[in-house]
Amino acid sequence: MKKIFLILFFFNLTFNSVHAISPEIFVQSTVNRASQILSKSISKEEKMDQLKAIAKETVDIKGVGFYSLGSARKNMSDKEKIQYFDLFENYFLKSFSSRLSEYTNPKIEVTGSKVLNKNYTIVNSLLVSSSERPEVKIDWRIYTKNPENPLIRDLIIEGLSLARTQKEEFESILNSNNRDINSLFKSLEKFSNNY
Amino acid sequence: MLKKILILIFSIFVLALNAEAGSDGVLTVTEEKQTKKTKDCFENLNRATFAFNQKLDKVLIKPIAEGYRNLPDPIQKGTSNAVRNLSTLITIPNNVLQGDVKTAMINTARLVVNTTVGLLGTIDVANEMGFPKYEKEDYGQTLGKWGFGPGCYVVLPVLGPSTIRDTAGSFANVFGGDPWYNASVHGNNEYLSESLYITSKALSGIDFRANNIESFDNLEKNSMDFYASLRSLYLQDRENKIQNNQRGNIEILYEDEQGWEEIESK
Repeated sequence: MKKIFLILFFFNLTFNSVHAISPEIFVQSTVNRASQILSKSISKEEKMDQLKAIAKETVDIKGVGFYSLGSARKNMSDKEKIQYFDLFENYFLKSFSSRLSEYTNPKIEVTGSKVLNKNYTIVNSLLVSSSERPEVKIDWRIYTKNPENPLIRDLIIEGLSLARTQKEEFESILNSNNRDINSLFKSLEKFSNNY
Repeated sequence: MLKKILILIFSIFVLALNAEAGSDGVLTVTEEKQTKKTKDCFENLNRATFAFNQKLDKVLIKPIAEGYRNLPDPIQKGTSNAVRNLSTLITIPNNVLQGDVKTAMINTARLVVNTTVGLLGTIDVANEMGFPKYEKEDYGQTLGKWGFGPGCYVVLPVLGPSTIRDTAGSFANVFGGDPWYNASVHGNNEYLSESLYITSKALSGIDFRANNIESFDNLEKNSMDFYASLRSLYLQDRENKIQNNQRGNIEILYEDEQGWEEIESK
């Protein structure tokens, strides 16, 4: 009898550990963690470091990086891709954590979600209004190809996509420099060094 | 009279440019969703105008907006409500032109309540009464709704980002499309004048700038190409407004879903 209980216990443990995480719960727990950091009485730099750690865990930085390249990703060598991801990750984490660290004690409530296909779910949320700011709608594009490990691929704030904005910014830099990928590398490097 | 003729000539020029843009597929009267990319046909000129606007913002507009932010809250709120109330005069005809008569009636009731009980719009009584959330509409949005594409992206001196379609649409305001303009500039009324109209527009701009000081600072600080970021955000916002979609439409937002699907295989 004891053995059966043990088997059931381990079966339950194993089953739970491979169970899909709901995109809504994933977003809510991620924003709760970020919110906790932003509410702490620590320096901005410390907040940024802790936010970077969450972003590394919950954002598909490689996917966002690839998307941001647009058509340029098709013409890159493997060596250039490795160089790009190093630079992009550095740029993304600094930019992302800096943007978020401006908020103090944000309260975000998940309000619903829409499954686009097996790979993507859009999770709707609201940044609750305060005396300093009005209510803000934030939607999250969640990559659900691996349901056990959902990842954020985009934030859509009041209908404006950060990924699209970034993609168009990168495209503009490339277009202004004869589509030379090194010009984008230099801009990414310059941005990171100036922080 | 001369001013009107000049505006008319300029409008014809602007629409002619639009037709030109249509020849390469950007501006066409079509029922298709606007997934085509808006071209920045005058990018060098636009960037120069953008640089000028940035300097003007730094030395004049932002300091005024910061000063405005130091005014007591009731004054800021009252000013913000009043300029929004005036914008209803443009929104109502555009609701009708877009076939949304129900919203036009709601906005008319909002205008009446706020202008009278709300002391010339300084208090948003309609909101307190539970009216639906107010969404601004303009002639550029109406042209978009009718199927006109944006044409080329342009940066206007002082006024900032726009498109050929939106610039052409804004001229409708001075051709009788804005009752507030008609009453203050052409109405024989001792209480209203052209300077009052200009002041109301300037206050509207300052109010917008004051509400977005941190957002713009943050965006500028975190952009490698601030001009390109603003262009992207402006065009996304206009697409959403034309579709009356406050959360953004996924199909419109990403231009083509293919961009995301392609990276699956990597």
